[in-house]
Amino acid sequence: MPAHEIVIAGFGGQGVLFLGEVLAHAAVREGRHVTWLPAYGPEQRGGTAHCTVVIDDEPIASPVVADPTVLIALNRPSLDRFERAVRPGGLIVLDATLVDRLPARADVHSVAVPATAIAAELGAPRAANIVLLGALLAVAPILSEAAIRAGLEDKVRDPARRAANLTALARGAAAVRVPAVPT
Amino acid sequence: MSRVLMKGNEAMAEAAIRAGCRAYFGYPITPQSELPEYMARHLPAAGGVFLQAESEVAAINMVYGAAGAGARVMTSTSSPGFSLMTEGLSYLVGARLPCVVVTVMRGGPGLGNIAPSQADYFQVTRGLGHGDVHAIVLAPSTVQEAVELVGLAFALAERYRLPVIVAADGLLGQMMEPVELPPALPVPQAPPWATTGAATGRRVISSIHLDPEALERHVLELVATYDLIAAREPRWEADGVEGADVAVVAYGTTARIARSAVARARARGLAVGLLRPITLWPFPIAAFASAPRRWLVAEMSSGQMVDDVRLAVEGRAPVLRYTRVGGVVPTPVELAEAIVRAARPAAVPA
Repeated sequence: MPAHEIVIAGFGGQGVLFLGEVLAHAAVREGRHVTWLPAYGPEQRGGTAHCTVVIDDEPIASPVVADPTVLIALNRPSLDRFERAVRPGGLIVLDATLVDRLPARADVHSVAVPATAIAAELGAPRAANIVLLGALLAVAPILSEAAIRAGLEDKVRDPARRAANLTALARGAAAVRVPAVPT
Repeated sequence: MSRVLMKGNEAMAEAAIRAGCRAYFGYPITPQSELPEYMARHLPAAGGVFLQAESEVAAINMVYGAAGAGARVMTSTSSPGFSLMTEGLSYLVGARLPCVVVTVMRGGPGLGNIAPSQADYFQVTRGLGHGDVHAIVLAPSTVQEAVELVGLAFALAERYRLPVIVAADGLLGQMMEPVELPPALPVPQAPPWATTGAATGRRVISSIHLDPEALERHVLELVATYDLIAAREPRWEADGVEGADVAVVAYGTTARIARSAVARARARGLAVGLLRPITLWPFPIAAFASAPRRWLVAEMSSGQMVDDVRLAVEGRAPVLRYTRVGGVVPTPVELAEAIVRAARPAAVPA
């Protein structure tokens, strides 16, 4: 089965599809096989949105995933909807600012990062998705940092916005590496 | 290898431009609107004509006009729009005009929804239009293959002087995947039969033959072309079919989901094969000479290709089916379960 089957879910406008596209571009830059599949129903602002990204060294068979290895949940409804589906041993990364509970599953790894609060603190409220990407990569380095940077270059042409994204990426990683309560 | 990340719809548009297509007529409809959007942006810059028609009926007749004048031309649509184009398709076949029609199938009947579907199988293989009408139908299962088959579609259309249908589904149209694009072909000269002006003699493009015997001769020429196509053009991909406990038959998006499901079923110790028709018409009958214990047809329709499979298998083995309808896409997990069920000795044809 493919190495990484990632579901990214949240409200429309949170950059769910964008986050998937950054991963997909980064995977291409690293010479990997990748599929990016949006849920493309009659979407509306404020409605739910999700996409599926599959990354592997072999050509990818199904772009449709029922049991992802990684779930990135940007809001509570997304965690409620997809938590059960995550493969045992998989990973859930969630925005602790917006998701008011932790995953109930004991057989998956969980990372909760206050991504929306961190993004607001950075003055880049729309970069919460990239904060979560930083957290994901810190826990599971599925793509190299160089590839992610290149993927961001593909998707974000404006240098100032790109710099803000790189800062958000670093803060997301730091939020995972540094325990919230020093011991 | 230079790979670019593209949506299926955009990649098919770029592939058409690189295949020398310089005329596009269409009407927007989800889930294929990125294709005309891409054409609107890029085709004029390549020296071509992009025109958004007032309807699919108008679009297919504009294709008729451009094809008659010798242009390498295409249109694209999705299921309800394809229904509107079938009258024009019959005229194109009757007049022996080459063109490419991409349909990105969505849930039906009626307006249905915009989710992925394969429920137009009968329409593209049996119901393209009135009269004895057939056209080659190519069914890509990856964005890369969609690029290759769009190029092939133009070549086949001109070789046989008939429309070629590229039948994708909403999932393939909307998903992104890295693709390697082919080099651009030169734009062709108009063929000798095209209506390019009276200076070289009078040429007529028409599908009308009022004398029954003349029409019979015309239809028999068409039938001879269909027979030639049926002999030469069937395409498929097979993996582990001979002797399998279960061989899955699936095309397009369902075939790649099936490939993951087959891998899961094999991991459980079953001998499972996969047969993927690439041409839906002509149906790859020869591929069914392989003998698994059972066939399992998986498709996003209530069971349409399964009829062709039964005709091809001729009762030599049971043919079961697994279907999802209404725009629901099967998952590899549920399809793997269906394979395991089909492998049980008690399984009987659905």
